Amino acid sequence: MSKIDDDTAPRAAWMGLLARSRPDRLAALLAPLDLPAHDWARAPESGAVMVRGRAGGTGAPFNLGEMTVTRCALRLATGEVGHAYVQGRDRAHATRAALVDALMQGPRAAEMQAAVLDPLAADRAAQRAARAGKAAATRVEFFTLVRGED
Amino acid sequence: MYVAVKGGERAIDAAHDWLAEERRGDPAVPELSVAQIREQMALAVNRVMAEGSLYDRDLAALAIKQARGDLIEAIFLIRAYRTTLPRFGGSRPVDTGAMDCIRRISATFKDAPGGQVLGPTFDYTHRLLDFALAAEGEARPDDVPPAEAAPGPRPEPAPVPHILDFLGQDGLIQAEAPGEDDPRDLTREPLELPADRALRLQSLTRGDEGFVLGLAYSTQRGYARNHAFVGELRIGTCAVELDIPELGFAVEIGEVELTECETVNQFKGSKTEPPQFTRGYGLTFGQTERKAISMALVDRALRWKELGEDFAGAPAQDEEFVLSHADNIQATGFLEHIKLPHYVDFQSEMELVRKIRAAADRARAGLGEAAE
Repeated sequence: MSKIDDDTAPRAAWMGLLARSRPDRLAALLAPLDLPAHDWARAPESGAVMVRGRAGGTGAPFNLGEMTVTRCALRLATGEVGHAYVQGRDRAHATRAALVDALMQGPRAAEMQAAVLDPLAADRAAQRAARAGKAAATRVEFFTLVRGED
Repeated sequence: MYVAVKGGERAIDAAHDWLAEERRGDPAVPELSVAQIREQMALAVNRVMAEGSLYDRDLAALAIKQARGDLIEAIFLIRAYRTTLPRFGGSRPVDTGAMDCIRRISATFKDAPGGQVLGPTFDYTHRLLDFALAAEGEARPDDVPPAEAAPGPRPEPAPVPHILDFLGQDGLIQAEAPGEDDPRDLTREPLELPADRALRLQSLTRGDEGFVLGLAYSTQRGYARNHAFVGELRIGTCAVELDIPELGFAVEIGEVELTECETVNQFKGSKTEPPQFTRGYGLTFGQTERKAISMALVDRALRWKELGEDFAGAPAQDEEFVLSHADNIQATGFLEHIKLPHYVDFQSEMELVRKIRAAADRARAGLGEAAE
């Protein structure tokens, strides 16, 4: 259903980064910034998304179970509309994510990128690398023993 | 039949007050926080998420606290809560091939491409009680040093290919039937049989761990034996993508930790299928590998019809039996309701028994007179 991937890919990427960020971390990054007022296009609302898997990992889809998600949409006085779909039930977190989404579409995009998105991306990379490092320490080489009967 | 009863309000209130007091336990012992349960009872939290069918660690931890550690009661609370949530949609199927793995093992291939990674596992522990964990104030286990990363350059988390793909390339294992249709949803429509595989997998992934484990074990002991090997078991996080209609593109809305088990099963071939390996599949929320392996074994047993195998009459092959009894909330609801007042019901039963007895007594008396 994508329109033109080149247009939407950067926005999808920052929305994904915001959705997966820790609520307290996003709040801390936004705290020192001067944020504009907004009107609701859709007030924050918590709900569920049915997560799907595939039979055998590659086959037909099946319903695995739901996850909690909070969404909202807001409009800035300058006209940009920000959307958020974030994991969990934290409405303030969804609001912050939508605010960043809106600001990324206007003249403050570079500021948001440097002050919010880059640190979130760095956190995420560090966290993934730390887990990958611990996993690598538990990598094993199994040997099969040759029995001496022949 | 259960008939509504009135009364007992004060007694019920008092019982619930006492329950709250018992939940708290000895006030001299510090109270558990929801965060402590979430972080330190993580595998209980995972089970409640998997069988409650709702991925939310904080809610699962809260439910465990409220249920005094009774996990089925906690699952019940989560199931009740999830019915209050509006459904925003169904995700794109998660790509487990792109999982960030913390554990990935194969019992069939020693030199699996991508390597074997044990992760944080109970395997190879001695199952001896660790009294250091009970030591208060002495050698505090809270001060355990963080696990060390592997020496050398930090490995980049890279996609780890599914091991069974390598068997698939040689045509030695049956391919999964592709599909993109929206799957039927057990939580939205009543179970209708025959079920398709999607419905069976949904039922198994939210089914009771003990029940699914018992059925899986029965297949290993010979009731519909299908010689399962764990081709691959992996645990890690996967991104969840949702198509957002108002935007017209898909966005990652979060990530979930999953356990995936793919079994390789012996198969001699049938009238319709050549000799080759076949698959069983388990996928569950959280680190729940006992459940994922069990699910894969039962999934394989239930596939007898599509693989052209014989029905051996085993419980694990019987779709109606498995799907009707896997859900512990349905089961416990029906089971536990028999302790609630059934006075009217029972009174009619009692009258019936009295009538039959009286008739039997009369008949015996009649016989006695005839004999004299």
